Amino acid sequence: MNPQFLVDGLIAGSMIGLGAIGITLTYSILRFANFAHGEFLSWGAYIALALSGALGFLFSALKTPVGPFSFGWSLPLAGILAILLTGMLALLLDAILFGRLRAQRGAVIIMVMASFGASLALRSVLEFIFTSKPAYYTKALQIAVNIGGGLRVTPDQMLALALTAVVVFAIHLLLTRTGIGRSMRAVSENPALAGVVGIDVRMVIRAVWIVGAGLACIAGVMAGLLVQIRPYLGHDLLLPLFAAAILGGIGSVPGAMLAGLIVGLSEAAAVQLIGAEWRAAISFVILVAVLLIRPRGLFGRQA
Amino acid sequence: MILDLLAYGAFFLTMALTYAIMCLGLNVQWGQTGLFNVGIAGFVAIGAYASALLTTPETAGRIGGFGLPIAAGWFGGALVAGVVAYLIGALTIRLRADYLAIATFGVAVAVQLCVLNLEALTGGAFGIGFIPRPFAELAGNPLAFGLSNAGLLIAVVALLYMALEHLVRSPWGRVLRAIREDEAAAQALGKNPTRFRLQAFTIGGAIMGLAGAAQAHFIGFIAPDNYMPILTFQVWAMLIVGGSGNNRGAILGAVLVWGIWASSAAAVSTFFAPEQQARAASLQIVMIGVGLCLILLLRPRGILGEVRNVSRHIRKIMKSDDAELASRFLSKD
Repeated sequence: MNPQFLVDGLIAGSMIGLGAIGITLTYSILRFANFAHGEFLSWGAYIALALSGALGFLFSALKTPVGPFSFGWSLPLAGILAILLTGMLALLLDAILFGRLRAQRGAVIIMVMASFGASLALRSVLEFIFTSKPAYYTKALQIAVNIGGGLRVTPDQMLALALTAVVVFAIHLLLTRTGIGRSMRAVSENPALAGVVGIDVRMVIRAVWIVGAGLACIAGVMAGLLVQIRPYLGHDLLLPLFAAAILGGIGSVPGAMLAGLIVGLSEAAAVQLIGAEWRAAISFVILVAVLLIRPRGLFGRQA
Repeated sequence: MILDLLAYGAFFLTMALTYAIMCLGLNVQWGQTGLFNVGIAGFVAIGAYASALLTTPETAGRIGGFGLPIAAGWFGGALVAGVVAYLIGALTIRLRADYLAIATFGVAVAVQLCVLNLEALTGGAFGIGFIPRPFAELAGNPLAFGLSNAGLLIAVVALLYMALEHLVRSPWGRVLRAIREDEAAAQALGKNPTRFRLQAFTIGGAIMGLAGAAQAHFIGFIAPDNYMPILTFQVWAMLIVGGSGNNRGAILGAVLVWGIWASSAAAVSTFFAPEQQARAASLQIVMIGVGLCLILLLRPRGILGEVRNVSRHIRKIMKSDDAELASRFLSKD
């Protein structure tokens, strides 16, 4: 087997892991499987595309590629703004939909269904605005660098891997070393008790949406940069995201990241062994295997 | 002109009723039992392909094509979809409620991949053609053909409706609702929630398979494109609009939502230039998505809502003068 699958798998796994962290946080703190999470990836990618295009139009100096990378400063700047805007989108969705359903105290599954409806509506809005034609941040071509062992990596891919490592480390610090992180973990353990001891649950819910959507945006921009931007970008990643969140154990951030890498590597291995057309089935196989053998996942509590 | 309208009406009704069958299947799973299935398109596709394989004439380069009668295909489609539903249910129903949702989403993705890639079995992206159509000998006369197909579907839906109403009112149906409303109480009465849920999920899956088979035979041609996630979404919208938990609501919702869908599709193709039609079609989906969320927020019961079913023994007491005793049974409402 060509060892190149390691690189492809780690790249895909980084995106899946970042997205799965958001799924696992909403699942453990808001207590429902959010089918609209994939759309945060797509919206993040498209918001960055629109902003980066606008910045490049206004200041054409921002379009010239930075160092060895294929994009100019307009993309990182647009990416930071897009993270904020995707967070706003998640908060808006919570204010007009999920928050109201929470207030009605209906069944959890109503929230799941609402997220399903929201996901279709959000995706179709993107399809309406940008059409289903694939888009790209940049037309520049990149030469892959040989890093030994027969592995070839483009500078963009190396940047994506490094960025993922930094972001995951930052999220880990946020959850374990800061007040809001501790509050988040307390609400995930026991929301009623957390409220009793004076934790602002609404604040925690806002933080969950912003962190989850922000990470989804980063994953979406990475997917857009390294592959392409399509309205179905998030939808096609949704099953891998869920598979990773469940494999890692619901509520476990390191678990979600590790499981994301496992799913990504398995997909890349399957592309070589079985064929690219079966790539999407791998997540389903992993999902079924986890539910069959160890439903709580690698690091989760009892399911 | 009137004959044309009548023929179109029959065509519309037949299509709407195939959706009504899916909707009735979903009502067994969600309406009666509270099981969330996001993979409706997958189960419908399984039924359609199984039936097509059983009934189509032998074709070079494709496995299957047994040339069996249509009824055998319908039965086979329902059976295969039921078996898949049973397997997925057995895997996930004992776990958290939304694990089932995620697993059924996976089924839809996996089925879509299989029909695309198992070309020797499913014809790949080109699908399967020449599926025998009921009353094919009438095809020369569109009106007679349309009316007899509509009649067949009306009969199927009516039979299914009566069978399901019977099930809903049976002790079995009451156990399902008891589990949905208060699992611990039902368990305390000695009912095994997992087993009853699994039965309901399997029956619902089989009905969806039957719907897929019926639709495939009516259209005469199937391709992977017919079973995209949008199908799942439409069926959900139909059940929620009509009123989940209510079999008549499921049928009403199917006809109503299919009517809205078909007429907005017609509006899109009339009022938009061809190059803008794909865009306008995506607005159509936004509209239905927002509509579903609005109904969940504003009128979760749907148009008809659930009818309260109680045992005929209690109804007897209610009719008698002992109102106090009856009210004790119904105090929860």
